Amino acid sequence: MLKGRAFKFGDNISTDHIIPGRFAPLRSNLPELAKHVLEDADPTFASRVKKGDFIVAGSNFGLGSSREHAPLVIKMAGVSAVLAKSVARIFFRNAINLGLPVLICDTDGINDGDELEVDLAKGTVYDKTNGQQLTFGKLPEVMLKILGEGGLLPYIRKHGDFKL
Amino acid sequence: MAKTLAEKILTQKPAGDACAGNIVISRVDLAFVQDTTGPLTVRQFQAGKFQRLADPKKTALFFDHASPSPNRQLSNDHQLLRQFAKETGCLKYDVGSGVCHQVVAEALAKPGDVVVGADSHTVTAGALGAFATGMGSSDVAIVFALGKTWLRVPKSIKINLRGKFRPGVGAKDLVLHLIGSIGADGATYKALEFGGEGLKNLSMSDRFTVANMAVEAGAKVGLFPSDKVTQEYLKAQGREKDFQPLSPDKDASYEKTIAINLGAIEPMVAKPHQVDNTVPAKELKGTKIEQVFIGTCTNGRLEDLAIAANILKGKKHHPDTRLIVAPASPQVLLEAIAAGYIKTLVEAGAVILPPGCGACLGLHQGVLADGESCLSTANRNFKGRMGNPEAFIYLGSPATAAASAIKGEISDPREVTGA
Ligand code: SF4
Repeated sequence: MLKGRAFKFGDNISTDHIIPGRFAPLRSNLPELAKHVLEDADPTFASRVKKGDFIVAGSNFGLGSSREHAPLVIKMAGVSAVLAKSVARIFFRNAINLGLPVLICDTDGINDGDELEVDLAKGTVYDKTNGQQLTFGKLPEVMLKILGEGGLLPYIRKHGDFKL
Repeated sequence: MAKTLAEKILTQKPAGDACAGNIVISRVDLAFVQDTTGPLTVRQFQAGKFQRLADPKKTALFFDHASPSPNRQLSNDHQLLRQFAKETGCLKYDVGSGVCHQVVAEALAKPGDVVVGADSHTVTAGALGAFATGMGSSDVAIVFALGKTWLRVPKSIKINLRGKFRPGVGAKDLVLHLIGSIGADGATYKALEFGGEGLKNLSMSDRFTVANMAVEAGAKVGLFPSDKVTQEYLKAQGREKDFQPLSPDKDASYEKTIAINLGAIEPMVAKPHQVDNTVPAKELKGTKIEQVFIGTCTNGRLEDLAIAANILKGKKHHPDTRLIVAPASPQVLLEAIAAGYIKTLVEAGAVILPPGCGACLGLHQGVLADGESCLSTANRNFKGRMGNPEAFIYLGSPATAAASAIKGEISDPREVTGA
């Protein structure tokens, strides 16, 4: 069970909002890079987010660049899962590859600051603040397997190949 | 079963049939990274304790985003990549060798290939009939090691083109029109497949522009059939042996079909801060711009510089508007010098940047000031993209860019050329 607070974002949060190109010089210094996570969408996010919290977004989260540093700094900030109505393709794959769960559900009813409980196995999100319960779509089998091993690298290290 | 282009290409790669919705393990014909995604790929490769590359000749490193490097951190990243190239014997395109996607188009990708790059605009090579898609650093590190990846065979949306562009209108206007109408997530997880009798009127350069921006509608790949135009291009590049004809089956099934009459397209501009926020250029008349940027993997080819040079010939950019031009590759630069375009552009007051990404991603070269606006021929106008979240980016064609540079405000190119 994952527990934490919801940080609400709108639609079309791009990888440039998450970690823009101007911070490219910090990409080999991840702790420094992580201090700027989502800075262009909410400059206070990095200082307020706590371990276990959730990013709750609208549609098309993570569109844009293939930079894996986007889900990487989100994970480093302590975020336990990203909830969104829909997620851009490369971001989705990158997040799962890093072991960061991405949950597709109708996020409209969740408000900024709500306390959430996410049950990954059952596929449910319980909003303790307003009493609402949501279900999220099941990940494709291959992503479940990769996520189950904690990410792509541990998956391949264990199996030596794609075993789908 | 009748197959779309995506299904056809992917069927050749794994053992067995590829139908939309299937997960396949595909062989990869080319895997590459650039200098801002490459260091993480190298580190993941090393963390995986892989001893060697699946195929050094199918593995490429590009030094284009910071080219040449503006600071010591990025110089150190370059050093890491150079070291990796030395150790593994992979292909290395060092500083000044051009934007990865342009070089992949000119020299590496071919019809029927599966190409995977740690850069979202890897889709550019779809113009050659290659299943080319962007992934992250970890995915590409695994391709480096194993020479294969997993893919879900995408459903396809067919874009049926007919007619031809009117003067002053081009491929960039077409793709902006398309993204504006289907939205920034209109093709998420899907293939955009271009077809129809209008295809014959799209040059290879046009096709690269269109395929390049497929990802701005969320698409996994933007595919063109491989036809006469493709063959001519490969021949001109000295690569005729890389040609194979490729077209979808007649009865292939598409999620939907969108018909577009090229003759009805107008010069289009995407307004800040989303690529699908498009309007006809003429509606933005009077919008002042402090900078014009012509270049990138979208519109930094010879044909693009030719269009700009023709409009700017004998003229000067507006005194309040800077003009920056970045040829996408050394080949483009050399051909533009030979054709006199560079001279024309410099005489018009342009700054010529070295082949590379330059101002596009806001890392260096052409960073905007607070409150400034730029008309760029790039593919993205997200907040902060050109180095400053307080600036505004408009996207348009090379013709719109050149006309706007002269006027100092966003302009329909036909107003300047009288077309
Ligand atoms: S030119 Fe721009 S969009 Fe193209 S690869 Fe370089 S940074 Fe990316």
